[in-house]
Amino acid sequence: MTARVVPRFDAVAVGEQLPALTLPPITRATLAVYCGASGDHNPVHVDIDFARASGLDDVITHGMLVMAYTGRVLTDWAPPAAIRRFDTRFLAVTRVGDVITASARVVEKLDDAGSRCVRLELAAVDQRGEFKTRGSAVVALA
Amino acid sequence: MADESPRRALGAELVGYRNRPFSVEVEKGRLRLFAKAIGESDPVWSDDEAARAAGYPSLPVPPTFLFCLEMERPDPYDWFEELGIPLGQVLHGEQAFVYHEPCFAGDVLRFEAEIVDVFAKKAGALEFLVQHNVVSNQHGVRVAEFDRTIVVRHGS
Repeated sequence: MTARVVPRFDAVAVGEQLPALTLPPITRATLAVYCGASGDHNPVHVDIDFARASGLDDVITHGMLVMAYTGRVLTDWAPPAAIRRFDTRFLAVTRVGDVITASARVVEKLDDAGSRCVRLELAAVDQRGEFKTRGSAVVALA
Repeated sequence: MADESPRRALGAELVGYRNRPFSVEVEKGRLRLFAKAIGESDPVWSDDEAARAAGYPSLPVPPTFLFCLEMERPDPYDWFEELGIPLGQVLHGEQAFVYHEPCFAGDVLRFEAEIVDVFAKKAGALEFLVQHNVVSNQHGVRVAEFDRTIVVRHGS
């Protein structure tokens, strides 16, 4: 459930893991709905003929869908307005059938322009433990 | 150093290229569909009453949705075609957001995009392009910025 209250800075410890989120397997329907909802109509995500003509075996998941899953880990922990920075590197393509687990860990407590923040290390892995994304976020705490 | 191999698609002259700025209203229906698409079932993202109960003026914009709004132009890939970037060979390399102010349904957001870097790796087998976006709202307040790094892969 999305956080309604900003976590207290003093109650958070470096090393703390946020609750991870494991999603249902990616299906073609997942990609079709995300295609429409996101406005990203790049056919490589939904049209297998286009994907093959581009040298791929199959359609590939929108990287931004995987990033959105990681975003849910953040907003389950702190309200969206508390997020200051959120960045992701896409390391491997996510395929149909992959099961993504998104996670976050507190790695630093810091002062960001006068407000007390934490830096989080983020990751999304599949069912084989392959890293799909790594990233970081800065969240302002109370 | 820029790679000079003939398969190269991106040149340093692309740095400074700007998309025509455009504005888009944040619509509730799209936010509801986006919540569904990412498996988010908390009503705060889709139900006005739940959003107001949480202290928001309307439905909040999820952290990655600004990227989607940037693609609301009539053809979000028009600049790929204009610049000769082969869409089927493009991967998303990195995405980085900086948030200044929260955004909500009903806001009208203006996007100004500029290519700020182009570089190659692996002797030109991979080319990278970084596009910087500045997002401001209907009050002229800069609400966010984001960098989108795309990768063009060459060969098999």
